[in-house]
Amino acid sequence: MIRLLAMRELRSLLAMPSTWFVLAVLQFILAWFFLARTEAFLEIQPQLAQLANPPGVTTTVAAPLFNTVALLLMMLVPMFTTRLVAEERRNQTFTLLLSAPLSGRHIVLGKFFGLLIFLVMLMAGVPLMLYTLALGTHLDHGMMLSNIIGLLLLTASYIALGLYVSALTTQPIIAAIGALAVLVGLWLADIGASAENSPWHFISPLNHFQNFNAGLLDSGDAAFFVLFSIFFLLLTMRRIHSNRIYG
Amino acid sequence: MSKATPETTLSARNLTRCFGNRQVIHNISLELKRGEVLGLLGHNGAGKSTTLQMLTGCLLPDSGEIEICGINLSRQPMLAKTHIGYLPETPPLYRELSVNDYLTFAARLRGMKPAAVAEALAQTMRRCGLEAAGKKIIGTLSKGYQQRVGIAQAIIHRPAVVVLDEPTVGLDPEQIREIRALIRELGNAYSVILSTHVLSEVESVCDRVEIMQHGKLIYGDTSARMQQHGQVSGFIISLRKPPALSELEGIAGVSSVEQISATQFRVLHAPDDNPSGALLTLAEQNGWRVEQLTPLQATLEDVFVKITGAEKGTAEEIK
Repeated sequence: MIRLLAMRELRSLLAMPSTWFVLAVLQFILAWFFLARTEAFLEIQPQLAQLANPPGVTTTVAAPLFNTVALLLMMLVPMFTTRLVAEERRNQTFTLLLSAPLSGRHIVLGKFFGLLIFLVMLMAGVPLMLYTLALGTHLDHGMMLSNIIGLLLLTASYIALGLYVSALTTQPIIAAIGALAVLVGLWLADIGASAENSPWHFISPLNHFQNFNAGLLDSGDAAFFVLFSIFFLLLTMRRIHSNRIYG
Repeated sequence: MSKATPETTLSARNLTRCFGNRQVIHNISLELKRGEVLGLLGHNGAGKSTTLQMLTGCLLPDSGEIEICGINLSRQPMLAKTHIGYLPETPPLYRELSVNDYLTFAARLRGMKPAAVAEALAQTMRRCGLEAAGKKIIGTLSKGYQQRVGIAQAIIHRPAVVVLDEPTVGLDPEQIREIRALIRELGNAYSVILSTHVLSEVESVCDRVEIMQHGKLIYGDTSARMQQHGQVSGFIISLRKPPALSELEGIAGVSSVEQISATQFRVLHAPDDNPSGALLTLAEQNGWRVEQLTPLQATLEDVFVKITGAEKGTAEEIK
């Protein structure tokens, strides 16, 4: 059932021209960043070569690009999560799911994985572009892998949060702006908090991504993302159940 | 279960529901048997849609029990809901999908095996007159066709109970006729509940009627019997050369005569004593030259207004 719902979500997304427009524009932006980064690297490469232990192309091109994607996700995910529940409720299609033999778990996980698969497809271009560099130079595969895993976990946690905000309202715009506000708010609180051990650092997903970005696989960070996602997915299930109670 | 008494497919007992402090549904009980079409009739805002939402599990009742084919909806919702097909007021259509994709999704969603879907799809499309629309995107279809797709998604998994919320709203007369014929056909195989505020719909498709007002069921009977409810016995007669009013009143069995125009009279009589024969013989003898004789027939509109009006009256008396 979860797979059926996820596939429906994916099929609907791919059937809409707007999705393809977003895909095209995003690929263009990411390619542009990639080119700019690569060009900058080529310019400073002679100076870097004089250093004793020069940073490689993975650190100077791949890591910043992944970081850019992580920032873009903050704006991108709310645009898609708003469709998941808020827009379905406004278009009255949510009734189909409510009257079908499904539990809240099926609905929430189906939507979650549907969008996750789509966003993975959308971001797949980034590592592919980076691996073209392997034709001319040596890449740090460990660092690439940690970035890919980190990005995946970050995406999952953003979707879970967006999904919950989406389930709170029947207004798609409010769902989109609400999720954006929370995500940007968490990020701003993180970079604004000066104290090293501030709780704002702890609850900000983007902060936990930094270790992955630097090539550091920390099980604590991974656990944070998993717990963060599960927490919001459970809240969404609760919310969908209370929709049946409060109407 | 014997064949003589068809099985009960849906039973709801003492449903109540509040929104905030306002109680919108008061103690509603309904029962539906296989092969029956039940019309839920009421003004806008009478609580019809809320009732249907509760029957389909989209909204939980504050109290009361719902059983679908003997399965309790609140205790075993997953099992009970496989027997329900629901068309809400706005058909729940994913506008970006094609009709085939959407209906396949709807069938699988209700737990149909992939192998059985193709055949069910073909049959449902034929039934709903959608054969030519299979590959079309739902968003590009006309309102009438979208409504058909909405009905198709409610019946594709062959549920025991089909719930239709105002299925003919916004359709043109030709489409309304077709949809009604389809509902009638569905009523032979399944149990159907439909809500409507169009009285002629009840007349043409429903076996039984429940009238709702202010969240209460105030009247329930077969639709044929509802038509008889408050029936007036009388007729309108047109006479080219009418006699004096008193002469008509003098005929045995006539209880009152009212002159509508120079040549038309409304004649009322006791239900079991029809004086029209005697009147026609007299007219023949005296040369009144009868042009037309139309029996007075209570339309459902009259009956409905009468029943809901009477309810209002008693409510005011109580106050």
